[in-house]
Order: sequence, then C-alpha cells, then structure tokens
Amino acid sequence: MLKIKNLHASIEDKEILKGINLEINPGEVHAIMGPNGSGKSTLSSVIAGREEYEMTEGELIFEGSDLSEMDPEERAHKGIFLSFQYPVEIPGVSVTNFIKTAINAQRKAHGKEDMPANEMLKLIREKSEMLEIDRKFLSRSLNQGFSGGEKKRNEIFQMAILDPKLSILDETDSGLDIDALKVVANGVNKLRREDNAVLLITHYQRLLDYIVPDVVHVMVDGKIVKSGGKELAHELEERGYDWVKPEKTV
Amino acid sequence: MELKDKLISSFLAFEEGLEPDNGMDLIRNQAIKDFEELGFPNRKDENWKYTSLNSVLKHDYSVFPKKEEAIEYRDIKKYLIHDIDTYDLVFIDGIFSSHLSQTTHDKIDVCLMSSALTKDKYRPVIENYFNKVAPKSGLNSLNTAFSREGAFIHIHKNKLADKPIQIINFATGNESSLLLQPRNLVVVEENSHVQIIERHQSLTDHPVLTNSVTEIFADRRAIVDYYKIQNDNLSASLIDNTFIEQKDESNVSVHTFSFGGKLTRNNLNFYQRGERIDSTMKGVTIIEGKQHVDHNTLVHHIEPNCESHQDYKGIYGDSSTGVFNGKVLVEKEAQKTNAYQSNNNILADDKATINSKPQLEIFADDVACSHGCTIGQLDEDALFYLQSRGIPRKEARGLMMYAFANNVLESVKIPEVKKRINKLIASKLEVELGFHNL
Repeated sequence: MLKIKNLHASIEDKEILKGINLEINPGEVHAIMGPNGSGKSTLSSVIAGREEYEMTEGELIFEGSDLSEMDPEERAHKGIFLSFQYPVEIPGVSVTNFIKTAINAQRKAHGKEDMPANEMLKLIREKSEMLEIDRKFLSRSLNQGFSGGEKKRNEIFQMAILDPKLSILDETDSGLDIDALKVVANGVNKLRREDNAVLLITHYQRLLDYIVPDVVHVMVDGKIVKSGGKELAHELEERGYDWVKPEKTV
Repeated sequence: MELKDKLISSFLAFEEGLEPDNGMDLIRNQAIKDFEELGFPNRKDENWKYTSLNSVLKHDYSVFPKKEEAIEYRDIKKYLIHDIDTYDLVFIDGIFSSHLSQTTHDKIDVCLMSSALTKDKYRPVIENYFNKVAPKSGLNSLNTAFSREGAFIHIHKNKLADKPIQIINFATGNESSLLLQPRNLVVVEENSHVQIIERHQSLTDHPVLTNSVTEIFADRRAIVDYYKIQNDNLSASLIDNTFIEQKDESNVSVHTFSFGGKLTRNNLNFYQRGERIDSTMKGVTIIEGKQHVDHNTLVHHIEPNCESHQDYKGIYGDSSTGVFNGKVLVEKEAQKTNAYQSNNNILADDKATINSKPQLEIFADDVACSHGCTIGQLDEDALFYLQSRGIPRKEARGLMMYAFANNVLESVKIPEVKKRINKLIASKLEVELGFHNL
C-alpha cells in the first residue's frame, strides 16, 4: 500500500529525515516509536504533504502512485488521513459543517454527487455514537475550546467518517486519560479491515496495549534503526531508547 | 470646468425647477454657500488622508437626471430581497419609480422625500428633523443644496413597521456620467421599530457617483436595524453619509456589507443624546482588483450609561485598499460608558493594503473602552489541516475567510438578508458554501 524508499526530507535546509525505508501492506498496523526530535512527526507530515517540508531524495509511493508532487488534498482523495498531534482550531466553522464540506469535497474529487442530507446525518450519528461523542459537540466551532481529549476524539471521529485507506495517527494518545484512550483505541480497532492500514506514531508504549501493532519500528535521528514485532514496544518501555542506538552501526 | 464650479452654477437652474416647499429654499441657499466655501474634501483633511476623491471627481457628471428609463421588475428583481414581503422605495436615476415601489401611509409613512418636502402635513416633521443631525461638511452641504428626492420614513409612536423597508437606488445613466444625491430621512418615534435595507446599484458602465445623505432619529426605546448592501459595479462610486441621533434606551444597529464598487466611503456617525443607549456598527468588506473601501465611523458618547459596539472585518485581495478610521468620543459627562471597537483584516494578496486607525478620545474617568485591530494572512497550519481532509486549497481559503466574516452575520436579524449576504460572500470568495444549511 505505502512504499517509502530512502526518504530524505528537510525543513529550511535542515535535514530531518535521513533515509527512511518503510513498507506497509493492507490489513497491517505499524507503529513508529522514538525519542522526541527523532523525526516521527516530520514523517507523518511528509506523507500527508505539508508544504514546509521538502522531500530531497527517495521515493514515496502510495498504491502505485508517486505522492511526492501531490497537494495534501489529492493525497486525502487517494485515501490518506492524518490525525494531527495538535489539531487546529477553526472558529466559525462547526464540526458538522466541516465534516460535510470534507465528505463532499472528497466525493466531488471522485466524480460523485454530494451526499444526501439524510445519509449524511445517519453517518454522523452512527460514528458519533461509536466514539461516544455528545451531539451538542457537533455544533461547536471546530476544535475551539476543546480539551486535549476532545480534540483527539474528534480526529478519530473524522477518520471514522472519511474511511481512509491509510490512517496516520500522530501522537493520538497524548492528552488522553485512560478512559478516553480506550474509547479512541476501540474506535480505531473497529475501523480495522483487510483493505486498510494504520500507522501509529507514538512516544509511549501505552497506546499499543490497546491498538496492537503487527510491526514496531524504532526511529532515531531521522532513520529507522530497528524493526520488530509488538514485543519490541515492551522492550523499549523497559530499556529506553539508548539501548537500540548501537544497532545503527551493525 | 471643475465639478465644483459646475455644481454651483447648476444650482440656480435646479432651484427654478422646484415646486414651492416647506421652507427649504433658505436651507438650500445656505447649503450651497457652505459647499462653495468648503468644497470637496481632499487628502489634507485628516479624515480623508487615505482616500482620494480625485479619480471619481474628474468626470463630467450630469446633475439633472433624464427622464425615467424603462425598467421592468424582472430586470431588477435580483437586486431586491424578493423572497419576503417588503415595502419598496425604488428610484431610477434619482426619480421615484411608482410601478416598482410599494409605499404606505397606513399607521406608518413610507413615502417620498419630495412629498415630505412639499406637502403641508409633513411640515412639522421636516421642520423638526430635516438637516438637524447631519453636520456641516462639503459633501453634506452639497447634498442638502440639491436635495429633492429620497426615502421618507416616519414610524409613529408605539408602532411596529410590519415588514422591512427596502430603499433601492438604480442608475441607468445610459448617455452620460451621472451624479446622484439621494436624501433620506428616517424618524422613529418612541417605542417603535423598523428594519431598513438600502442598496445603490448601477446598471450602466458609465461612471456614476452617488453622494447620499441619510438622517436617522431614534426616539426613546425605539429600535432601528439598518442594512447597507454595497455590491455595485466597477464604474460606480458611493459616498454614503449616515447620521444617527438616539434618545434614551434606543437601540440602533447598522450593518454595512461592502463587496463592490470602484470607491466606497462610508461616513457613519452616531450621536447619543440620552441614557442607556445602545449603538452597534458592524461591517464586512470583501474587495479585490483596485477597489477601495473606507469606513469612517464616529460614536459620540454625550450622556452616561450608554454602550457602543463596533466590529468591522475586511478581506482584501489583489491590490485593493481598505481604510478603517473609527473614532470614539466620550464626553466628560458620559460616565459608565462601554465602548468596544474591533477591526480585523486579512490581506489575501501581497499588494493589498489596509490602513486601520482607531481614535479614542475619552474625557470621562469611569468608562470601559476597548479597541483591537489585527491585520494578517490566513493561517497556513489551518489551511493544511483543511486540505489534509480533502478540501482543495481554494475552497479551504474560502471556508476560512467565510468563517472569519461569519460572526458579523450572526447579528443580522432578517433571515433572508442573512441568506443573501451568505450567498454574496460565497460568490465573492468563489466557493460553494454548501455547508450552511445542514
């Protein structure tokens, strides 16, 4: 589904990603762990197409198409979704209106008519129930005055609605208490299918107790230095990141 | 000949063509003298520092309108709020069009300034209110000297205007450039309520300059909601002079939507002559190309315990220019005044300009006055967020600009007006706003 080969990326001439290789297949959940500043969030931004980051070398292929020259919205139309670490507040646009605009923008890109209002309401109701989102919440301005937990829940709500092929969850666990974490993880698990995939970016192993990954990668200083099964996450939790560094030279 | 000289020499001919009226000749004669002395404002005048009238005064405007052009309702329907029942005062090249209008004398007077100025029964109202609140200035005096037609609205005590009133001024000017000077008077007595929508619309590519004066009196506990829709074509310019005097516990709001025209100048002055008065000024400006919009406001807090609220938002594209000059004057006696002013602007292109100048002059010591001004670009993080959800960049920009202007619309009390403004904003921003009706 996603093939990344020798990916290098910089921001303002500072190289952050220094040769990433990663392949994600349909049905898989991958986790990328690593210390602060290792480039985890940069990788998610580069996949989603944030303009400030310049891809200087390598390949970024999604379902056979080269993503590197695509605008963020085109990548979204292909089925890539990024759950933001810090969702942006947009006063004056309600959650419902935003979701409606997003759904219809994606449908338009695929040559479809706008979603009928009754279908839209049914979809919103169904997914908000799944994520235990209060109806009142839907008429509030997007992310404005939301608690950290509400913002993250809203991200997964959008993911559930847009039904992407590849979901990148950037530090979705930060700011969530244990109950909210369970709701969010439960939502993500319910959305898992044979034909979609998830890339979890996290600093802590905690989230991986609830969303169990197939592969865990460790990222240090702009490179993936170790990959393994889910047990790798526990090892990292116990021994910290310093332990993996020597492998760089192997 | 300079326009000023032409106007002065036209005055005699204008006067000769008038019917005898309610003592207007003295007022007109004084006004033309004042105009001769004051002339048109120029940029040396502090209030006109950022707006030059040179480009609009250079045309050879005809002052006397030709006879009414044949205009059918279907030609102008789109400029009216037509999905609700309204009283309509439609003027074509300054001349009242009876077949396009709907007036009334049933409990309220919604009729013509020309009737009010000449008929005996209106004499007391004219004597008490006409030219009583508009301050002396070159532009006001010019309008007063030539004032003959416009809207006359008189809401008697304890009456509610049963439907909104639209004042629409069309310019056809098919043969030449045209100067229009509508003169409106709105008198709202105690405990009365009226909603008014005003629009100036040119139907020609010839230059049109409108120098409009509107005086509004809101007596005790009166409520006036006034909406100005300015979306004219690029050969039309508007100088709108609106002066409002309020008495105790009255509530007047003016919303100004400036989306079009070559040059638009709004002089909007509020005079609070009573206590517990509420004055609200709101504006949304969305322009592009080389358009120019200038909002010049004054709130004169004369007595204690009053409030004023100003909220102007502007989105400037291409090399358009905007001005906001908001003056709040709080007299020594006006204790416990609450005056709020906010002016927020987005410069959508590098060459767009906004000059924002708040002016607070406060002589009382127990007041709450605040003002805030922002000038910025759209937030790139927010744009990326919207794009990452599949919303194309252009629509994302439109959505954000719409959201930016949105809170000004919340206070619009006529749903059909709100809907119309929504649509105008959407078309200005070239986005499909399919989201506001869910």
